[in-house]
Amino acid sequence: MDRFSVFSSRLVDKSENFTSGHRACQGCAEALAVRHVMKALGRDTIVAMSTGCMEIISSPLPLTAWKVPWIHNAFENSAAVISGCEAGMKAMMRKGIIPQKKINFVAMGGDGATADIGMGPLSGALERGHDMVYICYDNEAYMNTGIQRSSSTPFGASTTTSPAGKDSMGQHTQKKNMPQIAVAHDIPYVATACPSFPFDLIEKVKKAAEMPGAAYVHILSVCPTGWRIQPQDAIKYGRLAIDSCVFPLYEVVNGEYRLTYTPYRKLPVTEYLKGQGRFRHLTDKEIQLIQDKVDRDYQKILKRCEEGR
Amino acid sequence: MAKVRKGIEVSIAMADAVAQANVDVIAAYPITPQTHIVEHLAEIVANGELDAEFVPVDSEHSAMSVCCGSAAVGARTFTSTSSQGLALMAEIFIISAAMRLPIVMALANRSLSSPLSIWNDHTDTMLVRDAGWIHIFVENGQESYDNIFTAFRIAEDPEVMLPVAVNFDGFILTHMIEPIEYEDDETIAAYLPKFQMKNTLHPDHPVSMGCFGMPEIYTEAQMQRESAIRESYPVILKAWDEWGKLTGRHYRPVETYRTEDADYCIVTMGSYGETAMEVVDSLRQEGEKVGVVKIRLWRPFPNEEFCRAVLGKKSLVVLDRAISFGGPGGPVASELRSALYQKEGAPVIVNTVAGLAGRDVSRNDFRKIILEGKAKAQRGETEGFDLYGLRG
Repeated sequence: MDRFSVFSSRLVDKSENFTSGHRACQGCAEALAVRHVMKALGRDTIVAMSTGCMEIISSPLPLTAWKVPWIHNAFENSAAVISGCEAGMKAMMRKGIIPQKKINFVAMGGDGATADIGMGPLSGALERGHDMVYICYDNEAYMNTGIQRSSSTPFGASTTTSPAGKDSMGQHTQKKNMPQIAVAHDIPYVATACPSFPFDLIEKVKKAAEMPGAAYVHILSVCPTGWRIQPQDAIKYGRLAIDSCVFPLYEVVNGEYRLTYTPYRKLPVTEYLKGQGRFRHLTDKEIQLIQDKVDRDYQKILKRCEEGR
Repeated sequence: MAKVRKGIEVSIAMADAVAQANVDVIAAYPITPQTHIVEHLAEIVANGELDAEFVPVDSEHSAMSVCCGSAAVGARTFTSTSSQGLALMAEIFIISAAMRLPIVMALANRSLSSPLSIWNDHTDTMLVRDAGWIHIFVENGQESYDNIFTAFRIAEDPEVMLPVAVNFDGFILTHMIEPIEYEDDETIAAYLPKFQMKNTLHPDHPVSMGCFGMPEIYTEAQMQRESAIRESYPVILKAWDEWGKLTGRHYRPVETYRTEDADYCIVTMGSYGETAMEVVDSLRQEGEKVGVVKIRLWRPFPNEEFCRAVLGKKSLVVLDRAISFGGPGGPVASELRSALYQKEGAPVIVNTVAGLAGRDVSRNDFRKIILEGKAKAQRGETEGFDLYGLRG
C-alpha cells in the first residue's frame, strides 16, 4: 500500500523543529532539507551534527535554531558521537536510570563530513549497527569554507580547488557513490532524496527512523552560492537533477532496490547543466561524457530495481 | 566484589575497578600497552558481570567521539588509550574538556613514534598537557586501582564536570602483577554516588551543545574552562581525603619522602617514584641528605603545595620522561622552574631526561642521576637538561 501513498502538504507536521532566523544563504536548499527532515523526525530526536554550513548557520552562541537536543562536536565524527548517545541512552534505559522512551538518534553532515573526512567513523557506526539514522546533505563541495572540491563534487564542476582553466576542465574525477557505499554495509535502509521532492523526502526519513538498526539517507541539497545559480532556482535545479537522472530517487530496503520516482520524460543532462556557473566551461565532448555516465549509472539502478521485483 | 587482597595484573585490576564503578558505556580501541584493560572489560560485559554498552569503535578518534556522545546524554563513560591512540584522538580529547564532559580515561603512558616504540615514557601525555583535562599520575597497582574511583568522583562533581586522565606507566605498571587490595562494592557505591548531570541531551529538555563562538564570546568561554579546572582543586583534595578515610590510603597533589631535613631532592612523576624512594633510603645510610618529591597531580598544577615542599632546599634534581624539543628543558622541569621563579628560598634545578621508550633506569642509574645532579647544582650547571645514558 505504501507505494500508493497520497501526499498533501496539509498532512505535514506544522511544528518547526529547525526554526527560522538562522543564517543560511538565500535560497539554501540544504537548510530547507534540514527543515523537512526535522518535520519528519519530530521532537523525540537527538541530533549530532558535523561541522559545516548547517552547524555554523544554526548555532552561533548564544543562539540556536534547534528545538530538539542537538550536539556539535567536530567535523568528522557525528556518526561516532551519535553512536555514543545511542549507547549511553540504551544502557541507562536498560539499567532503569532513566525511563524508557523511543528516541530517534540522528547524525547529520555535509558531503565533506560524510564522503571524505568522516568516512571512517561513519563506516564504523553503520557496521556496528547502532539504532540511528545518518543523513548526508550533499551540496557537492566544501561550501562552508568557500566552494572547494570534495570527493562528492561531480565530474566537470569548477570549484575553488578544482578550477576550470586553460589546462583543466574542473573536477576530473567521478562523484563518489556514497549511497552504494552505505548499501555495502548491509544496513536495513538506504535512500536518496531531495528537498525539491519534499513528500518523498519526509517519507524516507520517517522510514529510516522507524527501521531498527542503522539507516542512511543521502539528500541532494542544491547550493545556489556554490553552484553559481540564482537563489530562486534552487528547487528547479533539484528537479532537473532528478528528471535528468543525474540523481535518481530510490530506496534500498533490506537490500531490495526500489525507484521512488520515475521521470515522466528523461531530460538530457544539458537541461540540468546549463545555467549552472560551475559547469559553464564544459565543451560538448565533456558534456557527452557526463551524459554517457549518467545513462550507464541509471541503467544500473533500473536493473537493480528490476532484480528486486 | 568483596574486600580482598590479591595478586593481580594492574590492567586487570583497573578494569575490575571500572566495573565496580558501574559504568554505562565503555568505548575504546585496542593499543599496546593498554589492551588488557579493554580486553578484560569486554569480557566482563560479555559475561554479564557489568551491565554496560561496550562499543568496539573503528579508531581512537571515534572512541573519544563515542565517549563525548555518551557523556553528553549523562551516561558514566570510560575509555583507555596510549601513545599514537592519544595522538589520533587529540582533537576530540581537547573538545571533550571544552564541552565539560566528565569522561574518565586510563592513560597507559607510552612513547610516540617515530621510531615506532611500544614502550613507556611520558611523551604521549605531554602532548595533551594543555587540553584542559585533569591529569593524575600514579606509581603502582594499588594507586592505579584506587584512582579510577577518585577520578570518577572528581570528574562528575557538579562543581568540576571535567574529564580526568589517570596516567600510569605502560608495561612497568600495565603488565605488572602486584598485590592489590580490592574494596567491596558497598564501599564503592557509598563513595561514588549515582551520576547525575544537570544538562543532558534528552528530548524532554532540549539543549544545544557545542555551538560555535564568535570572537566576542570565545575569550569568556576559555576563561570558564580555566576557572573550572582551577576550582577543581579543592574538590580533588576532598575526593582523596574521603577515599583515605574509607580505605586508609591517602593521596596528595604533591607527595614527599624523607624531605623534612633534606638538603636536596629528586623530583619524579609516575612509577619511578618507587625506585627513587629505595635509592634515597640507601643514600641516606651513606649520609646523603636527600629526599623524594613526587608530583601526583599534574593538572591543575599544585603550585602552592609544590612550593611548600621544596622552598628552602638547596637543589632539585628533576627527572623528566619526555623531551620538549627545542625547549628550555623537559616539560616537568620547565614547569617547576616557572613555579619557583622569583620565589625566595627557591632551590636550583638540575634537569635529567631518562628512561625514554622503556630504557631501563635501574637503582644504580638513579644513584648516578641523583649524585651527578647534586654535583652539577653545586657547580651551578643548571641550564637545559641532560639526556641520561645517551650512547655514542
